[in-house]
Parts: sequence; C-alpha cells; structure tokens
Amino acid sequence: MTEKILSVRDLTVAFDTRRGPLTAIDRVSFDIHRGEILGVVGESGAGKSVTGAAVIGLIDRPGRIAGGEILLRGERIDNLSPEAMRRVRGRRIGMIFQDPLTSLDPLFRVGDQIVETLRTHTDLSGRAARTRAIDLLAEVGIPAPERRIDGYPHEFSGGMRQRVVIALALAAEPELIIADEPTTALDVSVQAQIITLLKRLCREHGTAVMLVTHDMGVIAEAADRVAVMYAGRVAEIGPVASVIAKPHHPYAVGLMGAIPTLSQEAARLSQIPGSMPRLTAIPKGCAFNPRCPKVFSRCRVERPEPIPVDASRVACHLYDAAERAA
Amino acid sequence: MLAFLLRRVIQAAAVLAVVGLIAFAMFRFAGDPVNQIVGPDTTVAERAQIRTDLGLDDPVLVQFARYAGNVVRGRFGISYQFRQPVSQLLAERMPATLELAFCATIFALVVGILMGVYCALFRDSWLAGLFQAVSLIGISLPTFLIGILLIYLFSVTLGWLPSYGRGDTVRLGWWTTGFLTASGLKALILPSVTLGLFQMTLIMRLVRAEMLEVLRTDYIRFARARGLTTRAVHLRHALKNTLVPVITIAGLQLGSVIAFSIITETVFQWPGMGLLFVQAVQNVDIPIMSAYLLLVALIFVTINLVVDILYTVVDPRLRLSTGRAA
Amino acid sequence: MSGYDLDAGDAPPVPLPEAAPSRLARWRDSDLLASFLGSKTAMAALIATVLMVGLAFASSWIAPQNPYDPAQLDLINSNLPPIWQADGQAPFYLGTDDQGRDVLSAVLYGLRLSLIVGVLGVLTSGVLGIALGLIAGYAGGALDTLIMRVADVQLTFPAILIALVVDGVARASFGGALDVGPLIGLIVVSIGLSFWVQYARTVRSSVMVEKGKDYVQAARLIGLSPPVILVRHVLPNVTGPVFVIATINLALAIITEATLSFLGTGLPETMPSLGTLIRTGNRFLFSGEWWIVAFPGLALAGLVIAINLLGDWLRDALNPKLQ
Repeated sequence: MTEKILSVRDLTVAFDTRRGPLTAIDRVSFDIHRGEILGVVGESGAGKSVTGAAVIGLIDRPGRIAGGEILLRGERIDNLSPEAMRRVRGRRIGMIFQDPLTSLDPLFRVGDQIVETLRTHTDLSGRAARTRAIDLLAEVGIPAPERRIDGYPHEFSGGMRQRVVIALALAAEPELIIADEPTTALDVSVQAQIITLLKRLCREHGTAVMLVTHDMGVIAEAADRVAVMYAGRVAEIGPVASVIAKPHHPYAVGLMGAIPTLSQEAARLSQIPGSMPRLTAIPKGCAFNPRCPKVFSRCRVERPEPIPVDASRVACHLYDAAERAA
Repeated sequence: MLAFLLRRVIQAAAVLAVVGLIAFAMFRFAGDPVNQIVGPDTTVAERAQIRTDLGLDDPVLVQFARYAGNVVRGRFGISYQFRQPVSQLLAERMPATLELAFCATIFALVVGILMGVYCALFRDSWLAGLFQAVSLIGISLPTFLIGILLIYLFSVTLGWLPSYGRGDTVRLGWWTTGFLTASGLKALILPSVTLGLFQMTLIMRLVRAEMLEVLRTDYIRFARARGLTTRAVHLRHALKNTLVPVITIAGLQLGSVIAFSIITETVFQWPGMGLLFVQAVQNVDIPIMSAYLLLVALIFVTINLVVDILYTVVDPRLRLSTGRAA
Repeated sequence: MSGYDLDAGDAPPVPLPEAAPSRLARWRDSDLLASFLGSKTAMAALIATVLMVGLAFASSWIAPQNPYDPAQLDLINSNLPPIWQADGQAPFYLGTDDQGRDVLSAVLYGLRLSLIVGVLGVLTSGVLGIALGLIAGYAGGALDTLIMRVADVQLTFPAILIALVVDGVARASFGGALDVGPLIGLIVVSIGLSFWVQYARTVRSSVMVEKGKDYVQAARLIGLSPPVILVRHVLPNVTGPVFVIATINLALAIITEATLSFLGTGLPETMPSLGTLIRTGNRFLFSGEWWIVAFPGLALAGLVIAINLLGDWLRDALNPKLQ
C-alpha cells in the first residue's frame, strides 16, 4: 500500500452549549493515502464538514476537538499551537469550500490573492510569485491567465471562480486537499468539469483528497474509497466500487438504493423512513437503530465497532461473527 | 456608473430645490419682512411703498425666482439682528465651524474604527466590554451634557483646557485658523471630542457589527484555510471589507456633524455658524435661519455625492469594468 | 441542502411561520417574558424608569417646594449646597440655586415636564408617521412617491435641526411671547415633525407586504373600506416594530426637548424642564455651585440611559426587521 498521508484516529468533536457538550463527531477513524480520493458522504448534519474542519484546524467556536488524534504523515497536528497549525494550513493541507461565489475576497484581485498565498508559504519574490500564479491559473484551465490574473472575482463565472479556488488550494503544493462540497453550488454541466479537473490535478501532484459531499453521484465519479457517515459516526468505509455495488451497513444499503444520476437529487433518501436524529437526541447503541429495518435488541444497547467485512469496514452488529453464527 | 452618478446629481439637485423652497417660504411668510425693516411710526402708505419696492406684491413664483437668483449669487438678505448681509456673517463664522467639524470627524473616524475593530476581534475581552459600555453612554447622553461634563473635568477641576472660544487665531486671507497657535489647538480639543463623541460611538458600533459579520463570511474562512497570518486575515481582508459599507453610513453621519455643531458651539461659545444659527432662532432672525438651512443642505448633499464616488472607488464591483473582463 | 444542517454551524433552526395571530397567546407563549426576567439589565432599566416616572408624577406631593411658584422662593435660601455639605440646610436636600429654588423640587418637576413633552412628542410623531406610512403603502403611486421623497429629504438633516427650524418659524409666525401651554404644544409639534420618518418607513413596507395577502384581498372583496382594512387588519401586524421605535424615540424626544431648552429655544426659566435647569445651572459651574447643574444632568442622563436600555432589550427580544 502507498504512503499514508492522513490518519484520523477516534476523532471526537464536541460543541459546548449551555446544556453541556454536544458530540457532533463521535470516534471517527479513517486514513487517506497518497494520490487517493476519499469520499465522505452522508446527509446534512452527519458531521462530514465538521470532520473536514477538524482536520484543517478550523472548527468554529463553541466547537472543539474533544478526543482522538489527527496525524499528517505520522505527525500529530491536532495539538499544534495556533501559529504552527496556521503554517500547516495552505502549505500542507489545502481547502476548497462549497460556494465559489463567496470563497474569494471580493475586494482583491484574483492574482493578488494567489500571490499573497504563495508568499505566505514560500519565499518566492513578488515577480516569481506572479509568474507562478499565472501558471497555476493556466493549470486549472483559465483561458488567457496573464490577463485574467488582474481581474476581480465578480468578473469570473461560478465555474471559473471554483477553478481559481482550486488554484489557491493547490498553490503551495499541499499533500492533502479537503474539498467540502466543491460542486454543490455549481451548474450540473460545470460540476463534471470541476470533478475531472480535481481528479487530474491530484493524480498529477500525488495529492490526497478528502472529498466531502452529500452527492453519491460525485462520489461514484471521483472517489477511490468512500466513508459513509451517519449522526457523527462512520457507518461503513471501503472501496467505492464495492460499497456501491454491495453495501453492508443497512444505512448504506438504503443510501445506495437511492443513488441518483449525477443530475438528480430529488427523493434521495426516500427509501429510509424517518430522519437522522438531532445531536441532542442520538439514541443509545447504534445511532441508526430507530430507522433500521434489521434492528435487533443488541443494537439498542451496544454501539457497534467497525469490523472488516469483505474489502470494507462496517459498524454493524449484523456482521459480528457471533451474530452471524447465531 | 456614469448613469448612477448622474442620477445622484439629479437627486441632490432635487433635495436642494426642496430645501430652497422651504427656505424661501420661511423667508417670505414667517413673520412680515416689512416689520423687520420699518420702525413703529411708519405710515400705512409708506409700508405699502416698501412692500412694492421689496417686490412682496409680485406673484409668489416670481418672488421665488428672484430669491433663488439671489441665493445663487450668494445674497441671502440682511440679518434682522445685526443689520449686516447674512452672507458676510456666515463667511466670518464658517472657518470656525469647519475646523471644528474637521477635527471632530477625524477624531470620530480614527477612534471609532480602532475601537470597533478591537471590539470585533477581541469581543470577549474586558476592554471590549468597557468600550461597549462607554459607547452606550456616548450614544445615550445628550451632547450638551457631555460638553458640560468635559468642561467641569478638564477646565474647572483640572484647569488644563479652555472652556470657551477658539483661543488665538491666525488670519489667512479671509480664513481664520486656530491650527497655527498653541492656544488655538488647545481650544479645539474639548469641542472636537464633544462634537465627535456621538459619531464616534456610532462608527464604533457599526464597525464592530459589520466586522463580526465579515469574520463569519466564507472568504474569511477561506483566507484562514489558505494559512494566511491572522494579521493578514484581520487587517487586510476583514478590515477592508468592513470599511466598504461603513464608508457610506459613516459619511452620512459625518455630514450631520456640521448640523450637530449647533449644540457644541453653544456649550463652548464657539464663534461658528451654529452659534449664529441658535442666536438667530432665539431672536427670530429669519434670513440667517433660511441661509443656514440652505448652506447645511448644500454641505450635506456635497458630502453624499463624495461618499457615493468614494464608494465606487473602493468597491471594484461597482466600478465600470473597462473591457478587461468578459 | 434541505432541512437542518450541522455543517453550516450551530445556527438555530428557522422558525416556522406563525399561525393565525391570537395576540394574547402570542405574548404568553413568546420568549418575551422569559427573556425579560433573564436580563438583569432590562430589569434594572425598567425599575429605574418606573421609579423616575413615579417620582416625576408624585412631584406635586413629595417635592418640598413648587419651583414654578415665585412666591415660594426666598433669596435668603439662595446658593445653598446639598445637605451633606457643611452649609447644607433641610429641607433643601440637593441645595438651591441663585433664586433660592430648591434643586430637588426643580429636578422632580423638570423630570415630569420632560417626560410629558417626550411622551406627547412620541405620540405625535407616531400618529403622523403611522398615518403617512399607511397612506403611502396603501395608496402607492404618486402619493407614495411624494411622502417617501419628503422622508428622504428630511432624513438628511438631524432631527434637532428640524426641531430648531420648526421652533424658530413658529416663533416668528406667532410673535415672540407665547404662554407656556402653547409653547409646550409647539415643542411637541417640533419633535413630532422631526421623528415621523422611521415610523412611516416601517409601516409602509409592512403595508406593502400585507396588501398582497389573501385576507386583505378578502376584506376588500366583502366591501370593507380601505381605512377599516388598514386599521383593523394591517396595523396590528406592525405594532411590534412600532413599539420598539417608540421606545427608542422616547429617549430621543426627551433629549431633543432638553436640547431645545438648553439652547434657550425651549421651555422658559419660569417653568424649567431638565434642559432649562442645565442651561441656567451651567452658568454656576465656574463659581463652584456644581449641584445646580449636576443633579438635573444626572436625572436626565439616568432617564435617557434607562429608556435606551429598555429599548435595546425590546428590540433584541422582538427582533423586528428594522432597517
């Protein structure tokens, strides 16, 4: 197996509220290898984005990492000082946000934002940084980059802006990119282009990608492996092809049963009755048990730990050797 | 953008026309102008003659046209109290008011922005709490009370600063300035603080609220995710975006400094236009009142126009894109 | 994305649109009361306001002196310091001024006068603003444009300037000497004309929204006349914002009256409001009789701050869409 870039171990994120801490992420573990794209999928509120924010050290108050560790190439980064973590951001971990229309500072020229990022993380001179910025814009497929570099964000279309955002994320050649719903706000026709671009660049640079999305179509298109999240926990993680073709966790089964085509979002989860619990009311045992068609008594008491099933790891009592034997 | 500015100029002219109409109505109908000119022993025939000479029997429209023509040439009539041309009286006092308003504006902007930024960035610190409390008092207390308080503290008790007047002034052509003498500068401090305090608190609250808003935007999150230094995120990106909307509102507020100086000038017996206006109201000196109203309207309208232009300079989105972009 | 979304932060879920408004029930079920009891500042502000209002209206009974009655003033008692200083004398607990007027009595009576003028001013501006806002919103067209343009022009000037101009013009028109009664009326009108714009704007935008709704259309269909529809159906929907504006404007109205009086264009020295007292007391600042100006100043500051705090809390609690 290739080199592990990111390793998340039992990550727990809590939000402190007046009524005590709420656990948004509960003992989540996964790895991402060099050049690999890990899709993280789940409903709104499943904790996908919070996981991404935790990895890059940008959880907003009152949230905090309450347990577990995050390792980047084997070094812990979850306990770094704010200044040390800042140096990791942009330099070693890049990030792409959902909405390209609001990700760029409207008052600064596109080129200045790239140059600023480059000069923060490298010792390029102003002139060299500008040349590099033009190269980056060319690389993400912006036509006439030597001219567009002096444009303001509002002069770019949504898809073009997302390309600029990708150029910014890649500027300092990070080892890992966290892409949080990078295509959700885009037109369907542009979505595919952006996904193709992201895939190509990561292959070329050997960058690992954590691709957060609620869209199984995007996952099927882009990811190598996929982690299915539910109520702040990983329900199932495994190679995309096998998870899609043969999901194991009952939630994943429901989710895959409702895979839309790339252009279609409607009635995605209509096959699973009920809705995901709020953070304040996560049931005991398996978080999915009230909605699970195959629920049995143990599910209501004991939280299932991930166990290897085929090529995947599944957090479900159904696949426990003891239950199977029974 | 040209169309936008043209529309603004037309609006400004309309405002001036309305105020001119009101000023004329005051001038013509509030009290009988003849009474102000003649003595008690004038005969009815003489009064009628004066009426005709003054053109008071002409159609109102003709009178308004005549009034407007005079105003444009700087003829505002003769003051009832001083028996001097109003334009001359105003010109003598204008430097005092403008210098005071200028200092108050600088004070309000510099201190207001600094305190607002501090309160937004360190919102939980005790100093921010103190600033908030001070701003509540500054916004609640009437200007004249603050002036009296400052006089009691710094003039009566400590004896540091003068309590009234402009100190020594230097004559530069028709302009008199207090900027060139030590006593003139000292005399400016208390009135400027008094006049600027209300605007300062407004600007502080505005900057704080706006900056908190900006700090939550995606592009600030993205700037953090790019690993920019806290300094660059806060003072380059957040501050610039904060100040764009603040400019408009602050500009409008600062326009009112001129009018608010009525109160401050009375408290400090500052020999400016505001004091002249208050004396005119007390003594029913209509020509001065209407001229002052027109002058303030003119200043307001000019400031608004300047603010509009400034706004387009600062915000690239409003600038005319000159062929560079698509 | 649909539904609640943890990813977007910890924002509270969007409240459902309220059902048919039973206003009593809404008040009872709302968080207004809970939020009020939870806010110490709001409680303190309310207590302070109620206390001052109570003192002001009991002034005829509790004040040692009637400061408006020259017969009760005695120059022997002039310039006495407050009771806790060496030369202080009962019953002049807060000292006296150069006329021998008891400062405590003057403050209590002045407080009452300031409150009366303030409340009347707010009522005038409120009625004017609401009426114009309803008309502008319902009629639309040229009338709407005219009213809102006037509002725009007026907003470019500070209220105090407008009040001063109205005051000055009225003095010019009626001649110099006015009795106290008409003078109070004049100040009230000055304030009313200075502060109507915000009500008008709020009410107008609300009317524009409500106008298109089914129940207004239905009311029109069954033949209710526009004034009835406006007052019975549209007005109740804007009470929240209007109430908040009124509270904040009460402080502004009191300040405006005090400022007019301080500038010598408000209430006369024979019937002083807090502003007049500060104006006259200001002269004695340098000769050491600080109490003549300090206590009226404190009373004014306390009153205005308390009302402002109440207004702030009310605005946050009701959170109407004020521009």
